[in-house]
Amino acid sequence: MKNDDPQFVSVLAMSDSGPAPEAAIVRDLIKRGVFVAPVLIGAPAFIWGANGAWSAAYGLAIVLGNFAVAAWMVSYTAKISYALMMGATLFGYILRLAVIAAAVYLVRNEAWVELVPLCLTIVIAHVGLLFWELRYVSLSLAFPGLKPKQTSHQDQVSKSINN
Amino acid sequence: MEALTRIAHVSARVAAELTPAELKANSAAQMAGLAYGLAAIGPGIGIGMIFGKAIEAMARQPESAGMVRTTMFLGVAFTEALALIGFVAFILLKFA
Repeated sequence: MKNDDPQFVSVLAMSDSGPAPEAAIVRDLIKRGVFVAPVLIGAPAFIWGANGAWSAAYGLAIVLGNFAVAAWMVSYTAKISYALMMGATLFGYILRLAVIAAAVYLVRNEAWVELVPLCLTIVIAHVGLLFWELRYVSLSLAFPGLKPKQTSHQDQVSKSINN
Repeated sequence: MEALTRIAHVSARVAAELTPAELKANSAAQMAGLAYGLAAIGPGIGIGMIFGKAIEAMARQPESAGMVRTTMFLGVAFTEALALIGFVAFILLKFA
């Protein structure tokens, strides 16, 4: 359908030149992922030994890499056009799923791979980190990505108000 | 129709040549692959819907694009978790 209005701009031709909230979220996710890595790697190491630890570390690297690539694809293509962002999101899903499948399939017979901790780490780290991140997402017009950090002065003000 | 009949004859001949254990492993591999494919369809539809609604929201209120993109990114990541669970189930059933 053709629109004859000279003011008409297709939303798919629009782009977003502002700061990318995905990049900030993923940086925070990776920081938290590295923070919980000793637990995520230590628990399988306790049950499956060194192979479990290597497998869990590999699974965690897959999850964090997947988040980073997803955020990069969205934030990079949003600067060009929303149409490209749509393509990157939809085909990126298939592409990233294929890369994860290949990354697990190719190492499945290696001596250091235990499939159970590897697969469990992928699911637990992916879902767990996302749920954890929800606590720090602001979703307001002023702060579209992460919540702003409270300064010590703001802490004192909020304490004095509460008292 | 003729091609389908030929495929059925070839499949029956191949199945007759396999031992019961091989036949079972073959069926398990086919079913695991089918399950993984089915598990990827739902999230694919979900991601499409999320992105469609995000574009709609950004078209209505371009100033809220950052907020919409944050919600969209988290929604896509959560939806992708379903596909990952399907993939993990496939890997564990097939190889573990």
